[in-house]
Amino acid sequence: MAEIRVQNLRKAFGEFVAVQDSNFVVEDGEFFVMLGPSGCGKTTTLRMIAGLELPTGGKILLGGEDVTMRRARERDIAFVFQLFALYPHMNVRKNIGFPLLAQGMPSAEIRTRVEETAKLLRIDHLLDKSVSGLAGGDRQRVALGRAIVRRPKCFLMDEPLGTLDTEFRDLMVHELRELHNRIHATTVYVTHDQMEAMSMADKIAVMNHGVIEQFGRPREIYDRPATMFVADFIGSPSMNFLRFGGGLAKGAKEIVVQGAKVTVPEVREDIPPADMALGIRPEHIRFDDTSKLRGAIYGTEYLGTTQIVAVETADGIIKARVPAGIHLAPGEQVGLALSSARLSLFEKGSGRAVRTAMHDQAVEARHG
Amino acid sequence: MSLTTAHSVVAPSANSKRIAGAIVVGYALISIVPLLWIFATSFKTPPDSIAYPPKIVFQPSLEGYCNLFTTRTRQTPEYINALGPATGLCDATVRKRNMVIAGPSNFLPRFVNSLIIAFGSTFCAVFLGTLSAYGFSRFKVPLADDLLFFILSTRFMPPIAVAIPIYLMYRELGLSDTALGMILLYTAVNVSLAVWLLKGFIDEIPREYEEAAMIDGYTRLQAFWRTVLPQATTGIAATAIFCLIFAWNEYAFAALLTSGTAQTAPPFIPTIIGEGGQDWPAVAAGTTIFLVPILVFTILLRKQLLRGITFGAVRK
Repeated sequence: MAEIRVQNLRKAFGEFVAVQDSNFVVEDGEFFVMLGPSGCGKTTTLRMIAGLELPTGGKILLGGEDVTMRRARERDIAFVFQLFALYPHMNVRKNIGFPLLAQGMPSAEIRTRVEETAKLLRIDHLLDKSVSGLAGGDRQRVALGRAIVRRPKCFLMDEPLGTLDTEFRDLMVHELRELHNRIHATTVYVTHDQMEAMSMADKIAVMNHGVIEQFGRPREIYDRPATMFVADFIGSPSMNFLRFGGGLAKGAKEIVVQGAKVTVPEVREDIPPADMALGIRPEHIRFDDTSKLRGAIYGTEYLGTTQIVAVETADGIIKARVPAGIHLAPGEQVGLALSSARLSLFEKGSGRAVRTAMHDQAVEARHG
Repeated sequence: MSLTTAHSVVAPSANSKRIAGAIVVGYALISIVPLLWIFATSFKTPPDSIAYPPKIVFQPSLEGYCNLFTTRTRQTPEYINALGPATGLCDATVRKRNMVIAGPSNFLPRFVNSLIIAFGSTFCAVFLGTLSAYGFSRFKVPLADDLLFFILSTRFMPPIAVAIPIYLMYRELGLSDTALGMILLYTAVNVSLAVWLLKGFIDEIPREYEEAAMIDGYTRLQAFWRTVLPQATTGIAATAIFCLIFAWNEYAFAALLTSGTAQTAPPFIPTIIGEGGQDWPAVAAGTTIFLVPILVFTILLRKQLLRGITFGAVRK
């Protein structure tokens, strides 16, 4: 296993820039997820690490070795494709053994290795079946088997659960993570599904328009989104934004939104007057009639233990996640109280998050 | 999928099935009658073959086949009686007509020429076609669309339109009446069909298969050989049949460019002359034997052919 280091990686297809200046490090044994909407450049980045695309600029280091321009077959990596790419003219055993055959391994050894791998994935009873008759989850396991059988430097996975139905997908998320915990393979996993990313990743890179918007641990990305895009993309329902104007001074602890004063984490930088946004996660909203920030109930969505309540404010709909026991009638006027310590501030123009006391905690958390 | 409704909207009704069946049977009859007639004629005696009204019921004879494979000379009955007993069935048959077998006819070498030229050119066309189709399908070929159009445009005119230039060219190059010349010619005509047909098939094979193989340690050529080719067999078989049928049946160029050593069966068969005119049973026998390779090849590959000609009709 090895560490993957990506430096100033760039890929352009003619005029279109798919990936610009990407930098990240996947440490040895880490489960790294690249997350983003379709067309954000995450698959292109993955294919460049694999050697299926050559970058326009930048470097890729695999275990300290520069492999940027090396052929795919010389990189010693394994790739799991979205459509699995299981060879329909071979049975399960031959599919899993196919990479070993390329290395010229004696057939007796291939046999043992394939059987070991199949046992690990609990598909040893399927070895002599044709791949075309397999269920989605089993196809996925065979594809994984073909990847791990070689014991490569790292695994690359391109939306491997994208075609499975929900039931299988939840199962495979669990299995993949469990497998990772057992073999500790450096893994780069591409997905557009934030639930998959959050539940599996050690680290996440959120990409948009070829740019990595944020790189960090799942909790960090959820709690302290670096940009409005990340804040909006992660979380369901996504973060609410309330507009407010004027600049911010270093040390400020209060802002005014829709005529109501809102306490926020202490601001750590000076921001000249501009359009700003206050970011609030739905679970950080409580109903409190004494609050000046007001709105009318628009609708509710019952989820069992909680409910999502849409509240119409002067600045559009805001969604709150509150306990399911609270009864609310549409049209009812409510006051909104916000959990001050958990609020994010953004510059609307650049979408960048403003540095606040919340980020101090991040630094502390990292060192502590 | 099973439908639980009493009347399915999509399944054909019994009536429409009957009508469709009748049309298919009717068409099959119409197309098979000439073949059956040729087959029957090959077992007739020369007088039976030109009898009027035509004979449906007749005494079968192998005379046509004997005449096809031999050349004969007419002798006096005294000479024939002086010979020993007949050495075989054919010998006996021709003696009844006051003839003796002088030697083998040219049919067998012509038939072998046909086999060499048709299968040789089919192999070349499919081989080149598969590789170029793969190239067009997977790589960014400059001017790919124009090149593909150019390749197709070679089929716009009837091939015989270029007969004179090709005739002169072949004479200059010493390719006239050679198997190589005919193989090159048929390959050139078929390769455009092969590229277009196969490109469609290869486009349908996801490139992830090769990419997976290349990541797993194979070169592109190995990946192509081990993952693309096995999945393209249907397309290759269908293409091969189309190419083979063309090369096997081609008459005009064969008649123009071959006369001796490299002559194929199609121009040879009609030249079989019997005594006092065309030897129809021998011609029919030649045609019957001529049909066999194509028939066998098609039956062997009929599954692929069926998929090949309905290809693209229903997309998954």
